[in-house]
Amino acid sequence: MEALLNQFFNLDIMARALPLVLTGLKQTLLLCIVVIPLGLAGGLLVALLSLVPWRVFRWATILAIDFFRAVPPLVLLIFVYSGLPFAGIRLTPLAAVAVAFLLNNSSYYGEVYRAGIESVGRGQWDAARSTGLTLTQTLRNVVLPQAIRNVLPDLISNTVEVVKLTSLASVIALPELLYSADMARSLTFNTSPIVLAAGFYLLMLWPLVRLVSRLERRIAS
Amino acid sequence: MDTWSRFLDTFFKPELIRQYLPSIAAGTVTTIEIAFAIVVTGILLGLVLAVLRTFRILPVNMMLVACVDIMRALPPIVLVLLVYFGLPNIGINVPSFAVLWIVLSLVLAAFAEEILWAGILSVPKGQWESARSTGFGLFSTLIYIVLPQAVRLTVPPLTNRTLAITKNTALGTVIGVPEILNQATTGQSFSGNATPLMMGAIAYVILFIPVVALGRFLETRFRWSRA
Amino acid sequence: MTGPILDIRGLRKSFGHVEVLRGIDLAVKPQELVFIIGPSGSGKSTLLRCCNRLEEPNAGTILVDGVDLMDRRTNINAMRRHIGMVFQSFNLYPHLSALSNVSLALRKVVKKSRAEAEALALTALERVGLREKAKSYPSELSGGQQQRVAIARALALEPTIMLFDEPTSALDPELVGSVLGVMRELKQDGMTMLVVSHEMRFARDAADRVIFMDHGLIVEEAPPSQIFTSPREPRTRTFIAELTR
Repeated sequence: MEALLNQFFNLDIMARALPLVLTGLKQTLLLCIVVIPLGLAGGLLVALLSLVPWRVFRWATILAIDFFRAVPPLVLLIFVYSGLPFAGIRLTPLAAVAVAFLLNNSSYYGEVYRAGIESVGRGQWDAARSTGLTLTQTLRNVVLPQAIRNVLPDLISNTVEVVKLTSLASVIALPELLYSADMARSLTFNTSPIVLAAGFYLLMLWPLVRLVSRLERRIAS
Repeated sequence: MDTWSRFLDTFFKPELIRQYLPSIAAGTVTTIEIAFAIVVTGILLGLVLAVLRTFRILPVNMMLVACVDIMRALPPIVLVLLVYFGLPNIGINVPSFAVLWIVLSLVLAAFAEEILWAGILSVPKGQWESARSTGFGLFSTLIYIVLPQAVRLTVPPLTNRTLAITKNTALGTVIGVPEILNQATTGQSFSGNATPLMMGAIAYVILFIPVVALGRFLETRFRWSRA
Repeated sequence: MTGPILDIRGLRKSFGHVEVLRGIDLAVKPQELVFIIGPSGSGKSTLLRCCNRLEEPNAGTILVDGVDLMDRRTNINAMRRHIGMVFQSFNLYPHLSALSNVSLALRKVVKKSRAEAEALALTALERVGLREKAKSYPSELSGGQQQRVAIARALALEPTIMLFDEPTSALDPELVGSVLGVMRELKQDGMTMLVVSHEMRFARDAADRVIFMDHGLIVEEAPPSQIFTSPREPRTRTFIAELTR
């Protein structure tokens, strides 16, 4: 028992690792600020493309979405970071994360938006168009606000996944939360720094996870 | 050399494809084995937990929800590293593939529990009441009446979530499990060429695209039947 | 004599292999209330939806106020503003208040300022007797009130003609009267209206002309007094007999 506490919840070591872990936390937050808006915007674009009435075009978009949903994000990240340089495209770790996650997240967010848009009835389009609103105006003022509200739990839950994904950046040595915690672990030969990092992830994500559960339950009932 | 053949030479070099095909294939088998094990234990455990939750024993449920939330909120790679580096230090030695299997099973179980529980809740109270009134016990009401209805409703989200978590088998590369990505990156560093990595990516696509397509099919199918 | 507000000639529309409209000619004069009746599947609603090109006709011309809707150079969104439409299922925007439902197109299509648009929207709500519900959301309104807001939404754009697609079919019987009351007032104010509906009593009281459609064609048209008491065509006779039985 004591060994367990000492190995995982060593407050002394946690205190020593804290400054390093905090710099990592800052990097993680920075990553989120880059990656989440990119994914939200890319996803919207993908959703709109997958609704274009031109069939070939729509299928191509759906194929691309499915492709990026089939490839594990870590594979995508390593491919972008260490595969593309062979083709002469060299990206910084941050840029690699941004590109790889843009591809991955746009597909996931895109599917969420698409389900939302499809959940808005045809009558809403009819009504808006009958008053002379253009396609873009109808989307922006009538369809999307309803669509986003309908899939809000999925949007938040996907955002939780995106924040979790940023931890993969540690694999390509981007010094974010997990990377710095793991560094502290290798310096101290003790797992407590990773527990500390886990604590920070919980701090960020637990409220969102709870929120999703509650929203989903409200929609179900 | 023109751009096209340089592209082929970087990502699809024939002799490297031949050379690394066996190891990528071996990696694929490993990935399939671990993924299969995760799906079985993860979903079964999730089902058990969801059933446990219907008994509504307050302290049990509070514990359960807390654990499930933690598993849903933590990045799997954090859990993998925690277990992989933590357990040996307190004298428990677990092979790396088992670490991956256990961690991802627990994560899948947490998500499956949550999805199944939502499904169980969505079955109207009247279903419970009519079953109980015809003499079914709590447990057999669950098995024969509620779960069949709940499962139908939960199949599409469960499929998508299962896919997302089994894709995390790629994390095995971080702790040295010889799965696809591990074989691919090893191949890449030995050959100094991106072909093995491309092969790995293709292996994943071949492996998981059918599941993605299945998820899509289930989603539209169940939506129609609801309308 | 002024020309018709709505002038439809040779209108055809198919869905796949099914021809729903098989050559419709119809003219609606200013201030006229034209009623369209007919069995379901006769193409009434499709005809209405072609009048503002929510459905794309396959052939024919549609003139609204002398402007050819089918002409490529016609700005359809600008024209739609002048063709009010009221739907069976109201189709109010659930995320917007009654006031915003009515003022949205005024702001986005007519490009009025928010203040101006809201003032006009209030006037329109007043006309349907719902000024005090301006802040309410659709979910807080009864079906009849929702439909009246929908009428106000079309009315606020100052249409030259209004299309009603079974405006009372989704309403509980006790709520029908309020909507018909609003429509009656519109008629008195001189609005030109094309109405698809099963409210035969309303047709008898308020319509200038009743059109009976079947299988994508206009079978018979006459003043209500004539079509309800002595229809010429056997098909019309059967349909009216079924309704009044």
